[in-house]
Amino acid sequence: MTGLGAELLASGRGFVQNVGATTRFLLHLVALTPAGLLRFRLIVEQIYNAGALSLVIIMTSGLFVGMVLGLQGYDLLQRFGSEDSLGTGAALALLKELGPVVTALLFAGRAGTSLASEIGLMRATDQLSAMEIMAVDPMRRVVLPRFLGGAISVPLLTAVFIAVGLFGVQLVGVQFLGVDQGSFWSQMRGAIELGDVTEGLIKGVVFGVACSLIAVYEGYNAQPTAEGVGRATTRTVVISAVLTLILDYILTAIML
Amino acid sequence: MRPSRTIDLSTGLFVLLGFAAMLFLVTQITNREFSLSTGGTYRVNAQFENIGGLKVGAPVSMSGVTIGRVESIGFDMDALKAAVTLRIDGRYNRIPEDSDASIFTAGLLGGQYIGITPGGAEESLHDGSRIEFVQDAIVLENLISKYLFSQAGKEKAAEPSPQE
Repeated sequence: MTGLGAELLASGRGFVQNVGATTRFLLHLVALTPAGLLRFRLIVEQIYNAGALSLVIIMTSGLFVGMVLGLQGYDLLQRFGSEDSLGTGAALALLKELGPVVTALLFAGRAGTSLASEIGLMRATDQLSAMEIMAVDPMRRVVLPRFLGGAISVPLLTAVFIAVGLFGVQLVGVQFLGVDQGSFWSQMRGAIELGDVTEGLIKGVVFGVACSLIAVYEGYNAQPTAEGVGRATTRTVVISAVLTLILDYILTAIML
Repeated sequence: MRPSRTIDLSTGLFVLLGFAAMLFLVTQITNREFSLSTGGTYRVNAQFENIGGLKVGAPVSMSGVTIGRVESIGFDMDALKAAVTLRIDGRYNRIPEDSDASIFTAGLLGGQYIGITPGGAEESLHDGSRIEFVQDAIVLENLISKYLFSQAGKEKAAEPSPQE
Protein backbone atom coordinates (compact mmCIF):
# COMPACT_ATOMS: atom_id res chain seq x y z
CA MET A 1 0.00 0.00 0.00
CA THR A 2 2.75 2.42 0.91
CA GLY A 3 4.45 1.60 -2.37
CA LEU A 4 1.34 2.55 -4.32
CA GLY A 5 0.87 5.71 -2.29
CA ALA A 6 4.44 6.75 -2.85
CA GLU A 7 4.11 6.07 -6.56
CA LEU A 8 0.95 8.17 -6.81
CA LEU A 9 2.64 10.95 -4.90
CA ALA A 10 5.64 10.80 -7.21
CA SER A 11 3.51 10.89 -10.37
CA GLY A 12 1.47 13.77 -8.96
CA ARG A 13 4.68 15.60 -8.23
CA GLY A 14 5.94 14.87 -11.72
CA PHE A 15 2.74 16.31 -13.20
CA VAL A 16 3.00 19.52 -11.21
CA GLN A 17 6.67 19.76 -12.13
CA ASN A 18 5.79 19.40 -15.79
CA VAL A 19 3.16 22.14 -15.55
CA GLY A 20 5.71 24.42 -13.90
CA ALA A 21 8.40 23.68 -16.47
CA THR A 22 5.97 24.27 -19.36
CA THR A 23 4.93 27.60 -17.85
CA ARG A 24 8.57 28.63 -17.43
CA PHE A 25 9.17 27.59 -21.04
CA LEU A 26 6.24 29.76 -22.17
CA LEU A 27 7.49 32.77 -20.21
CA HIS A 28 10.95 32.29 -21.69
CA LEU A 29 9.44 32.24 -25.20
CA VAL A 30 7.34 35.33 -24.51
CA ALA A 31 10.41 37.16 -23.26
CA LEU A 32 12.27 36.26 -26.47
CA THR A 33 9.35 37.17 -28.75
CA PRO A 34 10.11 40.90 -29.38
CA ALA A 35 13.63 40.08 -30.55
CA GLY A 36 12.43 36.99 -32.37
CA LEU A 37 9.89 38.92 -34.43
CA LEU A 38 12.79 40.70 -36.14
CA ARG A 39 13.92 37.41 -37.67
CA PHE A 40 10.96 37.52 -39.94
CA ARG A 41 12.23 35.03 -42.51
CA LEU A 42 12.43 32.19 -40.01
CA ILE A 43 8.85 32.81 -38.89
CA VAL A 44 7.55 32.94 -42.47
CA GLU A 45 9.17 29.57 -43.09
CA GLN A 46 7.39 28.12 -40.08
CA ILE A 47 4.04 29.66 -40.99
CA TYR A 48 4.50 27.87 -44.28
CA ASN A 49 5.25 24.56 -42.54
CA ALA A 50 2.58 24.77 -39.88
CA GLY A 51 -0.10 26.78 -41.66
CA ALA A 52 0.05 26.67 -45.42
CA LEU A 53 0.75 22.93 -45.49
CA SER A 54 -2.18 22.29 -43.11
CA LEU A 55 -4.57 24.18 -45.34
CA VAL A 56 -5.71 21.21 -47.41
CA ILE A 57 -6.61 19.01 -44.42
CA ILE A 58 -8.31 21.95 -42.69
CA MET A 59 -10.42 22.84 -45.72
CA THR A 60 -11.40 19.24 -46.43
CA SER A 61 -12.35 18.63 -42.80
CA GLY A 62 -14.18 21.95 -42.61
CA LEU A 63 -16.22 21.15 -45.69
CA PHE A 64 -17.32 17.77 -44.39
CA VAL A 65 -17.96 18.96 -40.84
CA GLY A 66 -20.16 21.68 -42.33
CA MET A 67 -21.98 19.22 -44.58
CA VAL A 68 -22.68 16.83 -41.69
CA LEU A 69 -23.86 19.79 -39.63
CA GLY A 70 -26.20 20.70 -42.48
CA LEU A 71 -27.69 17.19 -42.61
CA GLN A 72 -28.03 16.74 -38.86
CA GLY A 73 -29.25 20.28 -38.27
CA TYR A 74 -31.84 19.97 -41.00
CA ASP A 75 -33.08 16.63 -39.67
CA LEU A 76 -33.39 18.06 -36.16
CA LEU A 77 -34.94 21.40 -37.09
CA GLN A 78 -37.50 20.12 -39.61
CA ARG A 79 -39.13 18.19 -36.74
CA PHE A 80 -40.06 21.56 -35.28
CA GLY A 81 -40.83 23.06 -38.66
CA SER A 82 -38.08 25.62 -38.29
CA GLU A 83 -35.51 24.47 -40.84
CA ASP A 84 -35.01 28.13 -41.80
CA SER A 85 -32.99 28.48 -38.59
CA LEU A 86 -30.44 26.01 -39.96
CA GLY A 87 -28.03 28.81 -40.86
CA THR A 88 -28.17 30.33 -37.38
CA GLY A 89 -27.66 27.07 -35.53
CA ALA A 90 -24.91 25.80 -37.77
CA ALA A 91 -23.08 29.13 -37.83
CA LEU A 92 -23.16 29.41 -34.03
CA ALA A 93 -21.93 25.83 -33.62
CA LEU A 94 -19.11 26.38 -36.12
CA LEU A 95 -18.07 29.78 -34.78
CA LYS A 96 -18.11 28.98 -31.11
CA GLU A 97 -17.12 25.34 -30.81
CA LEU A 98 -16.48 23.21 -33.84
CA GLY A 99 -14.29 25.66 -35.73
CA PRO A 100 -11.71 26.42 -33.03
CA VAL A 101 -11.71 22.97 -31.40
CA VAL A 102 -11.54 20.79 -34.52
CA THR A 103 -8.94 23.11 -36.05
CA ALA A 104 -6.81 22.84 -32.91
CA LEU A 105 -7.11 19.04 -32.84
CA LEU A 106 -6.22 18.76 -36.53
CA PHE A 107 -3.35 21.19 -36.05
CA ALA A 108 -2.00 19.14 -33.15
CA GLY A 109 -2.16 16.02 -35.30
CA ARG A 110 -0.81 17.53 -38.51
CA ALA A 111 1.66 20.22 -37.42
CA GLY A 112 2.21 19.66 -33.68
CA THR A 113 3.60 16.18 -34.24
CA SER A 114 5.96 17.33 -36.97
CA LEU A 115 7.22 20.19 -34.78
CA ALA A 116 7.80 17.88 -31.82
CA SER A 117 9.54 15.16 -33.81
CA GLU A 118 11.65 17.65 -35.74
CA ILE A 119 12.92 19.38 -32.61
CA GLY A 120 13.20 16.04 -30.79
CA LEU A 121 15.32 14.61 -33.59
CA MET A 122 17.53 17.71 -33.50
CA ARG A 123 17.99 17.01 -29.80
CA ALA A 124 18.68 13.31 -30.40
CA THR A 125 21.25 14.01 -33.09
CA ASP A 126 22.98 16.67 -30.96
CA GLN A 127 22.18 19.46 -33.40
CA LEU A 128 20.90 21.61 -30.56
CA SER A 129 24.11 21.09 -28.57
CA ALA A 130 26.13 21.90 -31.66
CA MET A 131 24.30 25.20 -31.96
CA GLU A 132 25.02 25.98 -28.34
CA ILE A 133 28.71 25.33 -28.96
CA MET A 134 28.57 27.80 -31.86
CA ALA A 135 27.02 30.34 -29.47
CA VAL A 136 23.70 30.17 -31.31
CA ASP A 137 20.80 29.99 -28.86
CA PRO A 138 18.61 27.09 -30.05
CA MET A 139 15.66 28.64 -28.21
CA ARG A 140 15.93 31.67 -30.49
CA ARG A 141 17.02 29.95 -33.67
CA VAL A 142 14.87 26.79 -33.57
CA VAL A 143 12.14 26.85 -30.94
CA LEU A 144 10.84 30.42 -31.05
CA PRO A 145 10.13 30.67 -34.82
CA ARG A 146 8.27 27.34 -34.70
CA PHE A 147 6.24 28.45 -31.72
CA LEU A 148 5.34 31.80 -33.27
CA GLY A 149 4.60 30.25 -36.67
CA GLY A 150 2.19 27.81 -35.07
CA ALA A 151 0.55 30.42 -32.85
CA ILE A 152 0.00 32.73 -35.83
CA SER A 153 -1.27 29.95 -38.10
CA VAL A 154 -4.01 28.50 -35.88
CA PRO A 155 -6.34 31.57 -35.74
CA LEU A 156 -6.02 31.92 -39.52
CA LEU A 157 -6.73 28.23 -40.01
CA THR A 158 -9.72 28.55 -37.66
CA ALA A 159 -11.20 31.36 -39.76
CA VAL A 160 -10.69 29.31 -42.94
CA PHE A 161 -12.26 26.25 -41.31
CA ILE A 162 -15.36 28.18 -40.23
CA ALA A 163 -15.80 29.87 -43.61
CA VAL A 164 -15.44 26.59 -45.51
CA GLY A 165 -17.71 24.89 -42.97
CA LEU A 166 -20.42 27.48 -43.57
CA PHE A 167 -20.06 26.82 -47.27
CA GLY A 168 -20.61 23.12 -46.54
CA VAL A 169 -23.73 23.84 -44.48
CA GLN A 170 -25.04 26.06 -47.23
CA LEU A 171 -24.27 23.40 -49.85
CA VAL A 172 -26.23 20.67 -48.09
CA GLY A 173 -28.94 22.83 -46.53
CA VAL A 174 -29.77 25.14 -49.41
CA GLN A 175 -28.62 23.29 -52.54
CA PHE A 176 -29.46 19.69 -51.59
CA LEU A 177 -32.25 19.90 -49.04
CA GLY A 178 -34.01 22.99 -50.28
CA VAL A 179 -33.89 25.38 -47.33
CA ASP A 180 -34.80 28.84 -48.57
CA GLN A 181 -31.59 30.68 -49.38
CA GLY A 182 -32.90 34.09 -48.33
CA SER A 183 -34.09 33.08 -44.88
CA PHE A 184 -31.00 30.92 -44.38
CA TRP A 185 -28.72 33.94 -44.65
CA SER A 186 -31.01 36.60 -43.19
CA GLN A 187 -31.83 34.60 -40.05
CA MET A 188 -28.14 33.93 -39.62
CA ARG A 189 -27.28 37.61 -39.97
CA GLY A 190 -30.06 38.58 -37.62
CA ALA A 191 -28.96 36.28 -34.83
CA ILE A 192 -25.17 36.39 -34.91
CA GLU A 193 -23.35 39.15 -33.09
CA LEU A 194 -19.84 40.35 -33.69
CA GLY A 195 -19.05 38.95 -30.24
CA ASP A 196 -19.73 35.42 -31.48
CA VAL A 197 -17.10 35.82 -34.20
CA THR A 198 -14.52 37.28 -31.83
CA GLU A 199 -15.22 34.48 -29.35
CA GLY A 200 -14.26 31.93 -31.98
CA LEU A 201 -11.13 33.82 -32.99
CA ILE A 202 -10.03 34.32 -29.37
CA LYS A 203 -10.37 30.59 -28.86
CA GLY A 204 -8.31 30.07 -32.00
CA VAL A 205 -5.52 32.29 -30.64
CA VAL A 206 -5.49 30.56 -27.25
CA PHE A 207 -5.56 27.06 -28.74
CA GLY A 208 -2.82 28.04 -31.18
CA VAL A 209 -0.54 29.20 -28.37
CA ALA A 210 -1.35 26.12 -26.28
CA CYS A 211 -0.84 23.52 -29.03
CA SER A 212 2.34 25.13 -30.37
CA LEU A 213 3.73 25.46 -26.85
CA ILE A 214 3.10 21.80 -26.04
CA ALA A 215 4.66 20.69 -29.34
CA VAL A 216 7.88 22.68 -28.98
CA TYR A 217 8.18 21.92 -25.27
CA GLU A 218 7.81 18.18 -25.74
CA GLY A 219 10.22 18.19 -28.67
CA TYR A 220 12.80 20.29 -26.87
CA ASN A 221 12.69 18.15 -23.74
CA ALA A 222 12.51 14.78 -25.52
CA GLN A 223 14.78 11.94 -24.42
CA PRO A 224 17.61 11.96 -26.98
CA THR A 225 16.78 8.48 -28.28
CA ALA A 226 14.61 7.14 -31.08
CA GLU A 227 12.12 5.94 -28.49
CA GLY A 228 12.20 9.28 -26.70
CA VAL A 229 11.33 11.18 -29.88
CA GLY A 230 8.45 8.80 -30.56
CA ARG A 231 7.18 9.25 -27.03
CA ALA A 232 7.44 13.03 -27.28
CA THR A 233 5.35 12.97 -30.46
CA THR A 234 2.66 10.85 -28.83
CA ARG A 235 2.61 13.04 -25.73
CA THR A 236 2.25 16.12 -27.93
CA VAL A 237 -0.95 14.85 -29.53
CA VAL A 238 -2.44 13.55 -26.29
CA ILE A 239 -1.64 16.60 -24.16
CA SER A 240 -2.62 19.09 -26.89
CA ALA A 241 -5.99 17.42 -27.42
CA VAL A 242 -6.84 17.18 -23.73
CA LEU A 243 -5.58 20.70 -23.03
CA THR A 244 -7.62 22.07 -25.94
CA LEU A 245 -10.81 20.53 -24.60
CA ILE A 246 -10.16 21.72 -21.03
CA LEU A 247 -9.28 25.24 -22.19
CA ASP A 248 -12.39 25.21 -24.38
CA TYR A 249 -14.60 24.65 -21.34
CA ILE A 250 -12.86 27.37 -19.35
CA LEU A 251 -13.01 29.90 -22.21
CA THR A 252 -16.65 29.14 -22.91
CA ALA A 253 -17.53 29.57 -19.25
CA ILE A 254 -15.74 32.94 -19.21
CA MET A 255 -17.16 34.33 -22.44
CA LEU A 256 -20.69 32.97 -22.44
CA MET B 1 14.06 22.70 -48.57
CA ARG B 2 12.10 24.29 -51.37
CA PRO B 3 13.26 27.55 -52.93
CA SER B 4 12.30 30.39 -50.64
CA ARG B 5 10.23 32.16 -53.28
CA THR B 6 7.73 29.28 -53.39
CA ILE B 7 7.54 29.37 -49.61
CA ASP B 8 6.90 33.11 -49.63
CA LEU B 9 4.22 32.74 -52.25
CA SER B 10 2.28 29.99 -50.50
CA THR B 11 2.69 31.61 -47.09
CA GLY B 12 1.37 34.85 -48.53
CA LEU B 13 -1.57 33.05 -50.11
CA PHE B 14 -2.30 31.27 -46.83
CA VAL B 15 -2.19 34.44 -44.76
CA LEU B 16 -4.35 36.35 -47.24
CA LEU B 17 -6.86 33.50 -47.33
CA GLY B 18 -6.99 33.49 -43.53
CA PHE B 19 -7.65 37.20 -43.36
CA ALA B 20 -10.20 37.01 -46.16
CA ALA B 21 -12.03 34.32 -44.19
CA MET B 22 -11.99 36.53 -41.07
CA LEU B 23 -13.29 39.47 -43.03
CA PHE B 24 -16.05 37.30 -44.47
CA LEU B 25 -17.04 36.12 -40.99
CA VAL B 26 -17.10 39.62 -39.54
CA THR B 27 -18.96 41.37 -42.33
CA GLN B 28 -21.14 38.75 -43.99
CA ILE B 29 -22.70 36.71 -41.22
CA THR B 30 -23.17 39.25 -38.43
CA ASN B 31 -25.86 41.86 -38.02
CA ARG B 32 -23.64 44.87 -38.37
CA GLU B 33 -25.32 46.51 -41.32
CA PHE B 34 -26.56 49.43 -39.24
CA SER B 35 -23.21 50.58 -38.01
CA LEU B 36 -22.14 50.70 -41.65
CA SER B 37 -25.10 52.66 -42.98
CA THR B 38 -24.26 56.23 -43.84
CA GLY B 39 -27.43 58.13 -42.96
CA GLY B 40 -26.81 57.97 -39.20
CA THR B 41 -29.40 56.87 -36.69
CA TYR B 42 -31.77 58.43 -34.21
CA ARG B 43 -33.23 57.26 -30.92
CA VAL B 44 -36.86 56.95 -29.96
CA ASN B 45 -38.23 55.92 -26.56
CA ALA B 46 -41.26 53.84 -25.73
CA GLN B 47 -42.68 52.57 -22.44
CA PHE B 48 -44.35 49.22 -22.10
CA GLU B 49 -46.24 47.56 -19.26
CA ASN B 50 -44.73 44.24 -20.24
CA ILE B 51 -42.01 43.53 -22.77
CA GLY B 52 -42.17 39.74 -22.55
CA GLY B 53 -38.97 38.24 -23.91
CA LEU B 54 -37.75 41.28 -25.88
CA LYS B 55 -33.97 41.49 -25.98
CA VAL B 56 -31.42 44.19 -26.76
CA GLY B 57 -30.57 43.95 -30.46
CA ALA B 58 -34.04 42.77 -31.45
CA PRO B 59 -35.21 44.20 -34.77
CA VAL B 60 -37.61 47.12 -35.08
CA SER B 61 -39.69 46.68 -38.19
CA MET B 62 -42.31 48.56 -40.11
CA SER B 63 -44.46 46.61 -42.56
CA GLY B 64 -41.97 43.79 -42.13
CA VAL B 65 -38.94 45.86 -43.15
CA THR B 66 -36.25 46.11 -40.50
CA ILE B 67 -35.68 49.81 -39.85
CA GLY B 68 -33.75 49.68 -36.58
CA ARG B 69 -32.86 47.75 -33.48
CA VAL B 70 -33.64 47.80 -29.78
CA GLU B 71 -30.74 49.66 -28.23
CA SER B 72 -31.44 49.37 -24.53
CA ILE B 73 -34.04 48.09 -22.14
CA GLY B 74 -34.42 49.55 -18.67
CA PHE B 75 -37.01 50.06 -15.99
CA ASP B 76 -38.44 53.51 -15.36
CA MET B 77 -38.95 53.80 -11.60
CA ASP B 78 -41.25 56.85 -11.91
CA ALA B 79 -43.67 55.38 -14.41
CA LEU B 80 -43.13 51.82 -13.13
CA LYS B 81 -42.88 50.63 -16.69
CA ALA B 82 -40.26 49.10 -18.92
CA ALA B 83 -38.37 51.82 -20.81
CA VAL B 84 -37.19 50.70 -24.24
CA THR B 85 -34.91 52.76 -26.46
CA LEU B 86 -35.07 52.09 -30.18
CA ARG B 87 -32.31 53.10 -32.55
CA ILE B 88 -33.77 53.74 -35.97
CA ASP B 89 -31.87 54.11 -39.21
CA GLY B 90 -31.70 57.75 -40.31
CA ARG B 91 -33.03 56.86 -43.77
CA TYR B 92 -36.46 56.36 -42.18
CA ASN B 93 -36.92 59.83 -40.76
CA ARG B 94 -40.53 60.57 -41.67
CA ILE B 95 -42.40 58.16 -39.41
CA PRO B 96 -45.61 59.85 -38.17
CA GLU B 97 -45.48 60.90 -34.55
CA ASP B 98 -48.67 59.06 -33.57
CA SER B 99 -47.43 55.71 -34.87
CA ASP B 100 -47.86 52.84 -32.49
CA ALA B 101 -45.29 50.29 -31.35
CA SER B 102 -46.26 46.71 -30.57
CA ILE B 103 -44.23 43.74 -29.42
CA PHE B 104 -44.70 40.74 -31.69
CA THR B 105 -43.25 37.27 -31.86
CA ALA B 106 -41.60 36.14 -35.10
CA GLY B 107 -42.75 32.63 -35.89
CA LEU B 108 -43.36 29.91 -33.37
CA LEU B 109 -39.81 29.68 -32.05
CA GLY B 110 -38.55 33.06 -33.20
CA GLY B 111 -37.52 35.91 -30.99
CA GLN B 112 -39.64 38.95 -30.24
CA TYR B 113 -39.45 42.17 -32.20
CA ILE B 114 -41.07 45.58 -32.22
CA GLY B 115 -43.47 46.33 -35.04
CA ILE B 116 -44.32 49.93 -35.82
CA THR B 117 -47.66 50.73 -37.42
CA PRO B 118 -47.66 54.20 -38.95
CA GLY B 119 -50.23 56.75 -37.76
CA GLY B 120 -51.54 59.76 -39.63
CA ALA B 121 -49.95 62.78 -37.95
CA GLU B 122 -48.11 65.48 -39.88
CA GLU B 123 -45.29 65.62 -37.34
CA SER B 124 -42.70 62.86 -37.52
CA LEU B 125 -40.66 61.07 -34.88
CA HIS B 126 -37.26 62.60 -34.21
CA ASP B 127 -34.29 61.96 -31.93
CA GLY B 128 -35.48 61.67 -28.32
CA SER B 129 -39.20 61.65 -29.05
CA ARG B 130 -41.47 59.16 -27.41
CA ILE B 131 -43.96 56.73 -28.91
CA GLU B 132 -47.19 57.17 -26.92
CA PHE B 133 -49.25 54.37 -28.38
CA VAL B 134 -47.87 51.01 -27.41
CA GLN B 135 -49.11 47.47 -27.22
CA ASP B 136 -47.49 45.08 -24.76
CA ALA B 137 -46.12 41.65 -25.45
CA ILE B 138 -48.78 38.99 -25.26
CA VAL B 139 -48.18 36.73 -22.28
CA LEU B 140 -49.68 33.32 -22.83
CA GLU B 141 -50.63 32.80 -19.17
CA ASN B 142 -52.65 36.04 -19.14
CA LEU B 143 -54.51 34.99 -22.26
CA ILE B 144 -55.33 31.59 -20.80
CA SER B 145 -56.51 33.00 -17.48
CA LYS B 146 -58.63 35.60 -19.28
CA TYR B 147 -60.19 32.86 -21.37
CA LEU B 148 -60.84 30.68 -18.31
CA PHE B 149 -62.44 33.52 -16.37
CA SER B 150 -64.69 34.46 -19.25
CA GLN B 151 -65.77 30.83 -19.62
CA ALA B 152 -66.54 30.63 -15.90
CA GLY B 153 -68.58 33.83 -16.17
CA LYS B 154 -70.59 32.43 -19.08
CA GLU B 155 -71.36 29.21 -17.21
CA LYS B 156 -72.60 31.17 -14.23
CA ALA B 157 -74.83 33.28 -16.43
CA ALA B 158 -76.21 30.20 -18.17
CA GLU B 159 -77.10 28.43 -14.90
CA PRO B 160 -80.67 29.21 -13.84
CA SER B 161 -80.58 30.85 -10.43
CA PRO B 162 -82.45 28.93 -7.69
CA GLN B 163 -84.63 31.93 -6.77
CA GLU B 164 -86.43 32.00 -10.10
